[in-house]
Amino acid sequence: MNAAVIVFPGSNCDRDAVCALRDHTAKSVHRVWHRDTYLPKVDLVLLPGGFSYGDYLRSGAIAARSPIMAAVQAHAKRGGLVVGICNGFQILTETHLLPGALMRNAGLKFLCKSTPLRIENADTPFTRAYDDHGETAIPIAHHDGNYFADEDTLDRLEGQGQIVFRYVNNPNGSSRDIAGITNKAGNVLGMMPHPERAVDPLTGETGGLAFFKSLAGAMA
Amino acid sequence: MSMQKDPASYEQAQALGLNEDEWGVILKRLGRAPNQTELGIFSVMWSEHCSYKSSRRHLRKLPTTGACVICGPGENAGVIDIGDGLACIFKMESHNHPSYIEPYQGAATGVGGIMRDVFTMGARPVALLNALRFGSPDHPKTRALVSGVVAGIGGYGNCVGVPTVGGETNFHAGYDGNILVNAMCLGIAEQDSIFYSAAKGAGNPVLYVGAKTGRDGIHGATMASAEFDDETEAKRPTVQVGDPFTEKRLIEACLELMQTNCIVAIQDMGAAGLTSSSIEMADKGGVGIDLDLDKVPQRETHMTPVEMMLSESQERMLIVLRPGKESEAQEIFERWELDVALIGKTTDTGHMVLHHKGETVCDIPIAPLGDDAPNYDRPWVAPPTLPVINASEIAPGDPAKALLRLVQSPDMASKRWIWEQYDRHVMADTLKASGGASDAAVVRVHDTNKALAMSSDCTPRYVLANPFEGGKQAVAECWRNLIASGASPMAVTDCLNFGNPERPDIMGQFVRAIDGMAEACRALDFPVVSGNVSLYNETAGTAIPPTPVIGGVGLIDDATMAMGFGGAVAGDALILLGKTTGWLGASLNLREIEGREEGAPPPIDLEQERRTGMLVRTLIHGGQVHAVHDLSDGGLACAATDMALASRCGVHLMASDTLSDAAWFFGEDQGRYLIAVKTGAVDALLDQAQQAGVDAKVVGTMEGLDVVLGDAMPLALDLLSQKHENWLPAYMEDA
Repeated sequence: MNAAVIVFPGSNCDRDAVCALRDHTAKSVHRVWHRDTYLPKVDLVLLPGGFSYGDYLRSGAIAARSPIMAAVQAHAKRGGLVVGICNGFQILTETHLLPGALMRNAGLKFLCKSTPLRIENADTPFTRAYDDHGETAIPIAHHDGNYFADEDTLDRLEGQGQIVFRYVNNPNGSSRDIAGITNKAGNVLGMMPHPERAVDPLTGETGGLAFFKSLAGAMA
Repeated sequence: MSMQKDPASYEQAQALGLNEDEWGVILKRLGRAPNQTELGIFSVMWSEHCSYKSSRRHLRKLPTTGACVICGPGENAGVIDIGDGLACIFKMESHNHPSYIEPYQGAATGVGGIMRDVFTMGARPVALLNALRFGSPDHPKTRALVSGVVAGIGGYGNCVGVPTVGGETNFHAGYDGNILVNAMCLGIAEQDSIFYSAAKGAGNPVLYVGAKTGRDGIHGATMASAEFDDETEAKRPTVQVGDPFTEKRLIEACLELMQTNCIVAIQDMGAAGLTSSSIEMADKGGVGIDLDLDKVPQRETHMTPVEMMLSESQERMLIVLRPGKESEAQEIFERWELDVALIGKTTDTGHMVLHHKGETVCDIPIAPLGDDAPNYDRPWVAPPTLPVINASEIAPGDPAKALLRLVQSPDMASKRWIWEQYDRHVMADTLKASGGASDAAVVRVHDTNKALAMSSDCTPRYVLANPFEGGKQAVAECWRNLIASGASPMAVTDCLNFGNPERPDIMGQFVRAIDGMAEACRALDFPVVSGNVSLYNETAGTAIPPTPVIGGVGLIDDATMAMGFGGAVAGDALILLGKTTGWLGASLNLREIEGREEGAPPPIDLEQERRTGMLVRTLIHGGQVHAVHDLSDGGLACAATDMALASRCGVHLMASDTLSDAAWFFGEDQGRYLIAVKTGAVDALLDQAQQAGVDAKVVGTMEGLDVVLGDAMPLALDLLSQKHENWLPAYMEDA
């Protein structure tokens, strides 16, 4: 069983995601170029962080229209797992695989810091190794992480258990402290924090280990 | 011949910064007057920025060799051996003038430029640092400059995906008219895959890759070689605009090309753009070069040859290929959607020949551009010797009050507001970054158990007070910071920021600071492998404080042994290593508490420095210490407070029997470290220090939740933390 990491020309967390998957899910990991039009046979597609096409326009807007995304959407429709981290989350909202949008941080500045998170739903393929309603800490690094959706959508997300991670101290103005959500079917996850940067005690951050452990379980 | 059309005059040469002698050399070498294009080329190549005409003879005094040095100064960056067939390639560079004029783009392109210097040589950039100096917080421009520079550094580095892991930020009225933005980049390469700039061999194709050439940055190098005046705002068009997305693709494409066997030589287009890159490659390779300017990808129409040759448009590289490798190389750049064009070839003529619209618009011999480049022995006067301030003449004061003021003084206050805007963790190898309770940033060498430690340092108030001792101190402090992080110091890069070298007093600062640096680098076996000189940091006749910034790199063989100052625990004894005399001259305490910027700075005994550092390294490697912090600004009390805040544990420091509270707690004697150890380990450690010839003394303990200085009122950690953290955000948001 395998994973694919999509590489856009401005992705810059692709290597980190590949390493974290390699080291913590023990699966083979393919890199897939943004201009490809098909995916290898994989269980998981990961859209990594970065600045896919420079993001001089709306973050993720151009990437959402890149050739590979049709295959990613088909993979999601088939029920395959999709994870979007940071810029990947922005791309997932731009492709409407996830509802809402990520606006400029409320403080209008790029923010890079360790962020305490609450696990709101530990019954997903992405979070089973976390304690339900437990807390962890994972770093963020973004300029556009302020999650927005209309009230009805937010209520629906709450009601259907689609809010997976919430900030304990909201750093960016996100509606209802949202740090990560899934789609209704529960197979597509978008999150602003970077679990792939939090898998090694030497870096001082280990809050992402349970995330990759969950994925390993889901792909077993 | 068409080159003889439109000959330039001496007046035009003067307007571009050339003097009468330099003009005379050009006439003699060409046997005629240069045309406008040729004059443009001579003027930028012989600008201070490109030719180092005031600094060259003095830079030679710096030691540049050592066991670890693979390539010293002269290439795009320095290269050192970090074992296992790997090399660390690094350099620091200034972008002062553009950052003052247009802070966001000036700082952003500074970051972009220094990364290109590193990946040009085959290294993947893995870490960035920034040494920033701003004017007084009270100056009306400071806030906007801080905001713009920080956003520019973040905007570029964050997008490219190289972590910004460290640096320093000072504020002083001496920088009101000339801020300093010095960017440092480190990269890692395979030792057998390092690329140089000598374009050996005639008949090889010349490939242009990256962004298109526009009219931005024309005469940027000349701007950086002159003082500012009332017309500075008019220089905004000489500032370049950065595109980090293009830089990111350029890095990936170049590193991919470097895996092939296509490249003879490669050079980024930095200051003086196409001119300096092509001339340097040809000159080092001992060849000539022919370029067809019509083939240069252009962003604007009707660009003239001189505009194309002097443009400093960013994100461009020039590559000399092996013949027959053109399509293999072009295919890589096309896949990354970058402009790529074959624009010429190397020749055996020794001349640079430029063609434009069917005419030859330049034909000049290349060797004289280097060989005859001006090399001045500028007159200088020895800086005055300032009196040593006797600590007994300084009021002892209330150390608690003084500490509370110091932790929120602009230079000491937390710079969290700045570094939280930088992505410090991308690449997932950052072990210690800004805010990481370490004297140096520490970045693991990917997929190994080794790590690199890095630090940028300078104490301008010491250099101003005594350029020689200050130059020594900048090197020693950097070395100390690497030692305290658990590293073995290896080599340095430098960024020498000074005023107008045509003034003998400024030249005196420059000469003596280099003498001091050279002495310290020699004594500490810490060679200089790359660097940059930024002169004319002066506005309306007022120069900046002399600021020779040192960027040092050290190696940690076992990344798990990286040390910091956040690991002290309640019950630990604090031992001060190194000798304390209570030196208050030129100290932070004297400036911030007494309002006096006077006196000789603390001297450094380099032999003792080395002994003390080696002892600290042994203690760290032996696992004998919980925390290590070097003593710098604010002395013992400030170092202990840093340790307490980072370790979330209070500290009690004893007063001195012999020195006043001000001298003991805040004196800035050099070559000192504070270490936290288990109480049971104290006696053995004191013995070990004695045997090593290092003064060592128990000065306090880790306990409670207050910082207590002798008999003074205890200060709660929460209060200290709040004051320390709040100054910068409050300042920046108080618009």
